[in-house]
Amino acid sequence: MSFAPPGLWPPTGQEIVFLLLGVVAAGAALLVVTTRQIVHAALWLVVSFGALAGCYLVLTAEFVAWVQVLIYVGAVVVLLLFGVMLTRAPIGPSTDLDSGNKTVAAVVAVATAAVLVTTVIDGFRTAYAPLEPGEGAAKPLGASIFRTWVLPFEALSVLLLAALIGAIVLSRTDIGGKD
Amino acid sequence: MHVVYPVVLAALLFSIGVYGVLARRNTILVLMSVELMLNAVNLNLVAFDVWLKDALHGGQVLTLFVIVIAAAELGVGLAIVLAVFRNRRTIEIDRLRDLADPDPDPDPAAGSQDRPHDAETIPARGGAA
Repeated sequence: MSFAPPGLWPPTGQEIVFLLLGVVAAGAALLVVTTRQIVHAALWLVVSFGALAGCYLVLTAEFVAWVQVLIYVGAVVVLLLFGVMLTRAPIGPSTDLDSGNKTVAAVVAVATAAVLVTTVIDGFRTAYAPLEPGEGAAKPLGASIFRTWVLPFEALSVLLLAALIGAIVLSRTDIGGKD
Repeated sequence: MHVVYPVVLAALLFSIGVYGVLARRNTILVLMSVELMLNAVNLNLVAFDVWLKDALHGGQVLTLFVIVIAAAELGVGLAIVLAVFRNRRTIEIDRLRDLADPDPDPDPAAGSQDRPHDAETIPARGGAA
């Protein structure tokens, strides 16, 4: 790199915004996995995904941020709420959302976090990415998708069709297998 | 923007998702935790795309693909969850134990409770399918 990257501390303005959004995202994610009300978990998921969309915006990935808002906050959470409704989950607070292996799960998660965080801090301590606005706007990203990545894009549309048909076949009760 | 910040945030989100997958009992909450893990991966992809200045925008395009695949996975997954709920009247993972090995040293009290339940659900499901 031709210029010396600024030190890790104090953070720049962009990094402060990113850190605040990251705290919101991680805190909301923590509430998703610990709350006692299943509908609240879905709503905290909205907060977490929204904060992550803000993180993408800070990282200049505008198009990904709006896709995140549209698909995750818009579609995925609504789908999850439909699932909650159709399985007649308890709407109020319930005590049996966590299984018995909570402590083991916490130990595994803390171990995973420790390994990953130490590894990535060790590996990317000096990596610095100067942000240039417009890099992830719709125009360059669309040109990239429809030129370089058009074949995976088309394959993905076939995969979406297969998933759609699979979901319909699994959901309908009147087209079962062989009797 | 130091790459450490997004990458550490992604690692923390992934670990939270791991905890949710392992600790939650309701299948829909497990699916939510899987979405958290996928989002952590997306954040990594975007951060490395910005860092490496990929001319083809491989990271961000792959992020879009992952989002689409996550939506497809969730659609099929919820359909499976609903099918399980229709057949079993429960979506609690701890109680869906038909594929588990039989207990080699069965506890007499627990065994006598579990066995008749399994014996009556398995033929019913075979007949319906």
